[in-house]
Amino acid sequence: MTESKYLLEMKAISKSFPGVKALDDVSFRVKPGSVHALMGENGAGKSTLMKILFGIYKEDAGSIFIEGKETTFPNPKAALEQGVSMVHQELNQVLQRDVMDNILLGRYPQKGIFIDQKAMYDFTKNIFDDLGIDINPKSKLANLSVSARQMVEIGKAVSYEAKILVLDEPTSSLTQQEVNHLFRIINLLRDRGCGIVYISHKMEEILEISDEVTVMRDGKWIATEEAKDLTTDKIIRLMVGRDLTNRFPPKTNKPGDVIMQVKNLTGKYQPSVQEVSFELRKGEILGVAGLVGARRTELLETIFGIATHSQGEILLHGKAVDNKDSATSIKNGFALLTEERRATGIFGGLDIKFNSIIANIDGYSKYGVLDDKKAREDTKWVIESMNVKTPSQKTQIKALSGGNQQKVIIGRWLLTDPEVLLLDEPTRGVDVGAKYEIYQLIIDLANKGKGIIFVSSEMPELLGTCDRILVMSNGRVAGIEDTKNLDQEKIMTLAAKYL
Amino acid sequence: MNMDKLKSKQLKEGLLDYALYIILGIMILTVIIIDPKFVSIKNFTNILSQASTRAILGMGIAGLIVLQGTDLSAGRILGLSGIVAASLLQDINYAARMYSDLPVLPLILPLLVSIAIGVTFSVINGFGVAKLKLHAFIVTLGTQLIAYGAALIYIDRPPLGAQPIAGLDERYTGFVRGYFKIGVGENTFQLPYLILYAMLIAVVMWFVWNKTKLGKNMFAIGGNPDAAAVSGVNLFKNIMYVYIIAGVLYGIAGYLEVARIGSATSITGQNYELDAIAACVVGGVSFSGGVGTIPGVLIGAVLLQFINYGLNFIGVNPYLQIIIKGVIIIVAVSIDVRKYIEKK
Repeated sequence: MTESKYLLEMKAISKSFPGVKALDDVSFRVKPGSVHALMGENGAGKSTLMKILFGIYKEDAGSIFIEGKETTFPNPKAALEQGVSMVHQELNQVLQRDVMDNILLGRYPQKGIFIDQKAMYDFTKNIFDDLGIDINPKSKLANLSVSARQMVEIGKAVSYEAKILVLDEPTSSLTQQEVNHLFRIINLLRDRGCGIVYISHKMEEILEISDEVTVMRDGKWIATEEAKDLTTDKIIRLMVGRDLTNRFPPKTNKPGDVIMQVKNLTGKYQPSVQEVSFELRKGEILGVAGLVGARRTELLETIFGIATHSQGEILLHGKAVDNKDSATSIKNGFALLTEERRATGIFGGLDIKFNSIIANIDGYSKYGVLDDKKAREDTKWVIESMNVKTPSQKTQIKALSGGNQQKVIIGRWLLTDPEVLLLDEPTRGVDVGAKYEIYQLIIDLANKGKGIIFVSSEMPELLGTCDRILVMSNGRVAGIEDTKNLDQEKIMTLAAKYL
Repeated sequence: MNMDKLKSKQLKEGLLDYALYIILGIMILTVIIIDPKFVSIKNFTNILSQASTRAILGMGIAGLIVLQGTDLSAGRILGLSGIVAASLLQDINYAARMYSDLPVLPLILPLLVSIAIGVTFSVINGFGVAKLKLHAFIVTLGTQLIAYGAALIYIDRPPLGAQPIAGLDERYTGFVRGYFKIGVGENTFQLPYLILYAMLIAVVMWFVWNKTKLGKNMFAIGGNPDAAAVSGVNLFKNIMYVYIIAGVLYGIAGYLEVARIGSATSITGQNYELDAIAACVVGGVSFSGGVGTIPGVLIGAVLLQFINYGLNFIGVNPYLQIIIKGVIIIVAVSIDVRKYIEKK
């Protein structure tokens, strides 16, 4: 009896990167005809494990079996050939080419030495028809919406007719309807006997679609259980490793007078925000919710002046301010914590001190020379008041954990003494424990009278920390409500209002 | 009102997209207005002949630019392969032959040697980029110097010392400079073989770029290397192929260019790569990678040659011409970059 009852078995996989043990003796098994959710916090090792399965990384130790047969995956090509396909977390697409070029990338059909364009079209059309995807195979990818691109990527992964399909955060930019569509596709594949590995942070989705759930933490396997035996709380407990009785600190801030008004703000280069109006109070935390593509980041960028607006105005204390670029906005008392910490937040190779003082650099200049003593004092303040865990001020910021990096950057903005803080996904890539600290920081700042706009894709954290929530849909304000009148379902309904 | 605004905005954008061609068109028109004699079949065939070798070089470099790379060594590789070809094809009766005992060789043999030289260098370039992950700028800067040094050593040898390799075999020069006579009597004009060779190569390259797996993979790798990798495209192999094709074209261009000029020296090919890169850029091959067309490269090469020739024709100061060329390149790239900047 050599037949294995598992489609995929990954046994005792270990993988180290310089300075980090990313995977430590992890085992993972998927049954045929089932959906297996892989869960864990950011940095738990889920994506690393899947990248090993797909041949992007090479494991240091351990072995992989497909249908009971040991195999190795030197590169993605080998994985695809052995029946493993994957929808990647970052969309890996060639935007300047058309849909069918992307779908068939790496396996173009040929007629003699030439590419068979007609076969490409037919193949793509068939896949899309089969899955009920309504996209023209000849559209240039750059002209499609993010969610359409994601559907293309899903169609592509399915088209390999793989036995094992890995979906790494496939729903990050899909609407509820499209998520339902994806689930129909997944059910179809499950009925065909495929094994599906589903990575997501959305608990409800996981509990709805999966048969089994494996939880990882800090690069280690923690548990594998039947989905029907699990609840959201139980999964979180497994992910975090302790009971999180209070995921959010007590709300102590009290909103006061109006500090900022945004009237009829419309971005110059569409798609962007359209006719957005709202008010922000002193000491208020205003959440901004919406799907990917709702233009939440664009809203913050437009307020902060790094994106241009064609009409509308921003009033601070009732007076119009001209936030024409970031330097002016900072002078006017605005601060923006950007979404992509690694790309636009940290200066990775530079030290904590540099990263702390850079937004306020004018404040240290004496006759054109920087005052190092003041810079050191302020950095010390950032480290102490933000509770940054770092060996010294001279440590490169990239050596810190995501949560500590984020705390440094929040501290950086506080040094500019802002009145309005624009926070774009401040807890992205931050551990659950450190998230709590960041919520606490945000509430403390509100207590000090700052006005805070808090953009997040995680609805629970908005519901847990904000006074009011503004829901955006397709660039417009779909509604602004007191948090106590909202729940996730209501937010989702509003988020789909203008689609 | 709003529609009008939108339309005028679209018009403005459209004008900007084609600004370069409009400027170049105006320049050519100006040349014609100053001296109407510029419009003649002889001038035009001259321009096309001169543009031919640059276009062949350009079609090679264009592939590397599509791959987000570049090639600083192309001109010197052209020079070296041309020099070697010339030394093998000197007239048997020419006094200062480099190889005095060399028998008369068939034309194809030196061509293959030229191609082999081109491929050797581009394999080094490709390996540096695809395997050692060097930036194309760096590795081709290195091979540029190596090719130049090799050419100097090759040419500077006793008893003759460094002197131009001249006295080329007439079969060889005829193969390149020869022409078809078209028409009869008064209306004949000459169509140089060289132009036909360039056209033939362009057709082949168009097929490679648009109709083959390699072409598709090249655009995919240039557009998004990660996407290509996870889709099972062998990056190393495909990048190497694109470089090797470029090397073949450099070799052919070297072989043709020397016959076109009639002799070879150590400065043959100097700065040709810059002209070829300029042709690519003017023709819309984007330095951001993943974008470009073969007709674009041809148009770029011909337009630049038109300007060159035209300015000479009306007697513009040659130093000023260099400045004008510089301005054209900057304008071309500004317009190209404009299309890809994300406006906020």
